[in-house]
Amino acid sequence: MESLYLISFGEIALKGANRPFFERILMQGIKKALTPFDENVKLQKTHGRIYCFTKAPREKVMDSLKKVFGIVYISPAKSCGLNMEEINNTALEVMKSQKYTGKTFKVETRRPNKSFPIKSPEVSRQVGAHLLMNLDNLKVDVHHPQIRIDVEIREKAFLYSERVPGPGGLPLGCNGKAMLLLSGGIDSPVAAYMLMKRGVEIEPIYFHSFPFTSDRAKEKVIDLCRILAMYSGQTRLHVVNFTEVLKQIGENAPNEFLTIMMRRMMVRIAQQVAERVGAKALVTGESLGQVASQTLEALSATNEVATMPIFRPLIGFDKIEIIDIARRIGTYDISIEPYADCCTVFVPQHPKTRPDLSGVHEAESGLDVGELKEQGLKDIEIINVYPHI
Amino acid sequence: MKQVYLDNSSTTKVLDEAAKAVFDVMTENYGNPSSLHKKGIESEKLMRQARGIIASALDVNSKEIYFTSGGTESNNLAIKGAAYSLRRKGNHLITSTIEHPSVLEVFRALEKEGFKVTYLRVDKDGFVDIEELKEALTPETVLVSIMYVNNEVGSIQPIKDAAKAIKDQNKDTLFHVDAVQAFGKIHLIQGLKDIDLLSLSGHKIYAPKGIGALFVRDGVRILPILHGGGQETGIRSGTENLPGIVGLGVAAETCFKNISEWQSKMSELKKRLMDGILKEIPDAVLNGPALGAPHILNFSFPGTRGEILLHALEAKGIYVSTGSACSSHKGGKSHVLAALGKSHDEQDSALRFSLSPYILPEDIDYTVRVLGIEVAELRKFVRR
Repeated sequence: MESLYLISFGEIALKGANRPFFERILMQGIKKALTPFDENVKLQKTHGRIYCFTKAPREKVMDSLKKVFGIVYISPAKSCGLNMEEINNTALEVMKSQKYTGKTFKVETRRPNKSFPIKSPEVSRQVGAHLLMNLDNLKVDVHHPQIRIDVEIREKAFLYSERVPGPGGLPLGCNGKAMLLLSGGIDSPVAAYMLMKRGVEIEPIYFHSFPFTSDRAKEKVIDLCRILAMYSGQTRLHVVNFTEVLKQIGENAPNEFLTIMMRRMMVRIAQQVAERVGAKALVTGESLGQVASQTLEALSATNEVATMPIFRPLIGFDKIEIIDIARRIGTYDISIEPYADCCTVFVPQHPKTRPDLSGVHEAESGLDVGELKEQGLKDIEIINVYPHI
Repeated sequence: MKQVYLDNSSTTKVLDEAAKAVFDVMTENYGNPSSLHKKGIESEKLMRQARGIIASALDVNSKEIYFTSGGTESNNLAIKGAAYSLRRKGNHLITSTIEHPSVLEVFRALEKEGFKVTYLRVDKDGFVDIEELKEALTPETVLVSIMYVNNEVGSIQPIKDAAKAIKDQNKDTLFHVDAVQAFGKIHLIQGLKDIDLLSLSGHKIYAPKGIGALFVRDGVRILPILHGGGQETGIRSGTENLPGIVGLGVAAETCFKNISEWQSKMSELKKRLMDGILKEIPDAVLNGPALGAPHILNFSFPGTRGEILLHALEAKGIYVSTGSACSSHKGGKSHVLAALGKSHDEQDSALRFSLSPYILPEDIDYTVRVLGIEVAELRKFVRR
């Protein structure tokens, strides 16, 4: 049976002339999220709200919509036939599903279907009276009700009250595309989530260094992408064969600069791929001071080789805050699987924590940077990753 | 690309004749051995045949063989079953520090239940010391469990001497032997003299996974850990895994028909591999005894990391393991190599090569060649 869900979107309602653009993207996002369960999802837009009619099972709808950025609230509605008896009884059911005792309430009716003979205020009055008659300990307050029961008179009557929070943010894709430097760790998937929440589409890139990292590590990264794809839909993972570059760095750069050299090469390669696919920025999971390569000096050394912005949405987060989000979005359990994402062989014993740029340049002088970049770019596998449903 | 599977102590390819027998049982003789009708009787007959094969391979009586789901269950059943059954006679147990986790972890669990456990140390080649065993035995000792062949380094324990030492001290002390890596690979003690319980597994000897057996000497009473329909005379309830049982029987028959030939064939391959490594790879360190089981060889390559080396070999079609497959998943170190007194670097860089009689001498030469190249390449990065 077809059910109605009312979808409220907050922030995008504020965006003046851009609003139709945001709304269109949001509606596309909703459609995409629900299509796997129902190919004939119907959407209708009114002020600040979207009506979503679908035959998909309720828990699938709620799970999917909770992952569509831009949605602030989802209200699942109950439907019934167009007569006051059914409307009254359905209103009673809706109220009983709330913790109503001792609360104040109001009934609000809209009647787009004018063939229904009773006018909206009269419907509200009758429904309110029915509720008061059948339930104790309930009071009407039309100005500041604690519970609001909404009645919509369409080809059927739809009633709702519950408001389930959505993820908020902006519809995915309304802010362009960025390339994510994805490792198998806890941080980078969270960084991706933060950017996606602001409407940025994410295309991940992973640097694979077989045999220094195992193919299980690569499978883990693919699994993480499957989780991210639950928010973004199908995504393209770029897997760079980084082994040769890593070996060259290992052989020709001073040990304490290994990590910085590696990061700089990763950024150079990622940036080139980003340009190819039309991404406008890089995203990393770096958080200030977390490890030796994430000091201000080390970050500046990485930044130096980038011409596009590098977003680090976790820069001011504590590990514990990052873990909280990772758990919430479902990437944590995969991230902690024990296959090393970046082999410890190439972690210097005494990493340079405060590298000055001249030192970095000196360290890099033994490397043919252009050649190494080409080396990385010529062996990239693109994997289409589908959402984990 | 050439494929060389040198991980046969993790698990093996199923023999064609065993796979066929399994298929036939699944599609034709699918009756339940406990059923009263003809289909049941046919199945029971097949089961009796398989039991007979295992019994004669072990040189014991058919009714002393109980089928289980594999080595882990056999070890659990033997150790818990014996310990619980004898609890009133004493609460001291003995085992060694280099047992498989399916033995060690059972003892750890029993310790939590109040049993006292002595863990026998091993020497640098991975052998327990009979004198230490004698000293550990007390009038309270009800069970001793020692493995026949160590799964990581291939040391063959002095089972005969251990059995004698135990029984000299107290005839009622039970002796369990985990023979998962020995059964079908080497000749076991005739008639399993003075052994009361012995575990074996199918998938190490070219039978399918999910089947194993426990030998329980006639007259020895152990308590079941699975209760139910009373199959296997109540020691192991649950409908018998007839396809597995028949597969185990067929594979065991082939192994025992060829045991002497295969043993010498694998010994030669092992020697070729060992000599090749010692000759071609500087600073390679042999872990465990130079002789020992014919199918297990363990080396450390200091200045590399076992796991990276494993992946580098994999890329060239050669499959090995670090430590044992069971411990390699934990990302931890091998408790066996630690017990042998190996350094951190040696523990980190160890690989286990485990052979089958189907490997060719040229496979070994290829392995040595590739290993030489990969070890040298890795050492450029790791050793600084």
